[in-house]
Amino acid sequence: MFEVIFLQFINGLDKGAAYALIALGLTLVFGTLGVVNFAHGALFMLGAFCAVLFRQLLTLETITIDPTQLSPWGAPLEVREPLVQAWFGDFGAVLVNYSVPFSIIITIPIMLLIGIALERGIIKHFYKRPHAEQILVTFGLAIVAQELIKAFFGPNPIPQPMPTDLRGAADIGAFLGMQANIITYPIWRLVYFLFAAIIIGGVFAFLQFTTFGMVVRAGMADRETVGLLGINIDRRFTIMFGLAAVVAGIAGVMYTPILPPNYHIGMDFLVLSFVVVVVGGMGSLPGAVAAGFLLGILQSFASMTQVKALIPGIDQVIIYLVAVVILLVLPRGLFGRRGVMEA
Amino acid sequence: MLAMSRNDLLLFLGFTIVVLAMPIWLQPFGAAYPDLLQRFMIFGIFAVGFNILFGLTGYLSFGHAAFFGVGSYAAVWSFKLLSLDAIPAMVFAIVISGVFALIIAYLSLRRSGIYFSILTLAFAQMSYSLAYSVLTPITNGETGLQLTLNDPRYVDRMFGEALPGQPVPTLLGQSLGGFAGFYFCAIFLILGFFIAQRVTNSPFGMMLKGIKSNQTRMNYTGFNTRPYTLAAFVISGMYAGLAGALLAVTDPLAGAERMQWTASGEVVLMTILGGAGTLVGPVIGAWLIKYFENIFSAINDSILARFWDFLPDGLDHAAVVVSGKFVGEGWFLTLGLVFVLIVVFLPGGVMEGVRRITALVSPKSKPPASPESTSPQPQPAE
Repeated sequence: MFEVIFLQFINGLDKGAAYALIALGLTLVFGTLGVVNFAHGALFMLGAFCAVLFRQLLTLETITIDPTQLSPWGAPLEVREPLVQAWFGDFGAVLVNYSVPFSIIITIPIMLLIGIALERGIIKHFYKRPHAEQILVTFGLAIVAQELIKAFFGPNPIPQPMPTDLRGAADIGAFLGMQANIITYPIWRLVYFLFAAIIIGGVFAFLQFTTFGMVVRAGMADRETVGLLGINIDRRFTIMFGLAAVVAGIAGVMYTPILPPNYHIGMDFLVLSFVVVVVGGMGSLPGAVAAGFLLGILQSFASMTQVKALIPGIDQVIIYLVAVVILLVLPRGLFGRRGVMEA
Repeated sequence: MLAMSRNDLLLFLGFTIVVLAMPIWLQPFGAAYPDLLQRFMIFGIFAVGFNILFGLTGYLSFGHAAFFGVGSYAAVWSFKLLSLDAIPAMVFAIVISGVFALIIAYLSLRRSGIYFSILTLAFAQMSYSLAYSVLTPITNGETGLQLTLNDPRYVDRMFGEALPGQPVPTLLGQSLGGFAGFYFCAIFLILGFFIAQRVTNSPFGMMLKGIKSNQTRMNYTGFNTRPYTLAAFVISGMYAGLAGALLAVTDPLAGAERMQWTASGEVVLMTILGGAGTLVGPVIGAWLIKYFENIFSAINDSILARFWDFLPDGLDHAAVVVSGKFVGEGWFLTLGLVFVLIVVFLPGGVMEGVRRITALVSPKSKPPASPESTSPQPQPAE
């Protein structure tokens, strides 16, 4: 019984990690800029498609017809050779194999650029406007982003293979001294969880231990005073928006082997992430992370057959149900600060 | 009740004429066929109802599609169990969606601002997921709820054997296909518009506008605002249910995808595009979106190629490729772009555009005080 519970617990971790990463970015934007960003899921999706694009570029092939060899059909054999392999040899093959993790390198500048352009171009005009209008404009932006992706990559999910070394499952149970072959867990999901933990730790460390982070935290507490001290807080907030976009983007990149990305993956995650943010408490970073993992794990437990037999359909609605209950019982969410987004 | 000001009466009469004459004046636009006209009416009702909540009180609900879906299901069940007549189906749908809205409103309205939006979204997504999974006996899951020959239809059977062939909804024995269906929906739109007009201009409507501009002040003045927002929510939920039922009348098939949050997003788009808080704005928004959805989705590459024919070779091909991304399947891209531009530059939607142009054309004269105009900077309840 303990094994079963433990297994469901770790099963919830990777989904929880994805929720936590998106919710973290949402909260960063909300805490610094005070903007309710409905386009955040679209940023997750754009990140995922950076990985798709990177792989498509890597697997560009030259097709040469080799008259000396014949294919099984008797026609001259077409020899396909990926350009990367032709140029870099073995390193190229490694690059193709590890395309998903490597695409983080291109994703970071792209997402930073998209984030800053979005903030400077459109969102900065909405600081003084009501939250409803912020929701609307970012909702529109999300539609535009996902339709652009649909126009270029098509409506179907594009599977991304994970690196061959990281396929298969790890026997965590045996590792922890329990019976072997009871608790096995896909390695990639473990990687995703560790990756998320590093990113979350990194963001917290950045905010906690750097001067830049200190200024940003001060700005979150009292933007006006920080501005009066002669600090260009707007520029720092713009960079924070870029950072949030990067966090969402690389969360999307690393999630592609788990769930093949399609154009509306962002929206699917966004709705849930908003629930996560609200459950954690609007504007609270630890709240977002805690609620992300909490809801991920709860969802995993709700998908157990025994639980489903007890309460049919619970796996479909558990997150919303928890959100409703928490919002009605704890108006500010789990860790919400007083006076943030209250009537 | 019938004491309307002259402006209101003119607006109402004008609206009625415009709606009833739609099959005529939409002829040149290629939109005067019954199927599209019915959709104009149905989504017009949906948007008018949504506006009673969002436009008047400023509460942004992201879950109105749930009531729309519930209305559809209720109507189809009425066709299946009671009678193929449309009237009981309408009544049944409005009552059921009203009760449903009351429950959700009671819970959601305990919060406001973004929390309210998330709560309504959560409830709507819950209904959607349940309709797909556990409630399959009621909703028929992914297939959608349909009429079959073996439906009991108790009331119909009491008055003799049902007609042979595929059952279709009727009105007192008359078929509701084609233009009959359009006029049936049009009557409800006009009725709904009339009620919305009465609500907006009533003391109750004033109260709702007061909640939008400053809820705290309303509370301090001694009003308990909850019953008012609750009533507004339930009314708009009933409108949504009515619209859903009409969709089931014109096409007796109810599916869960009608309750998905994208459907809720669509009615928000319609209302904003036309002008939230105005009376005719949401209707215009719904018509525009449905019209362009219809037109743009139908355009394909060969039509585009003919359109760009005047360009030099090569360039016309590029133009076809680029513009092809915005039409057909890509129509939502255009919609999203237009929507962003509207929210950024024209937060009042089409109605504000009209007002600005009128002010430009006649700068000297006072702009006509249209009854539906709102204050220039409405602040929603946060």
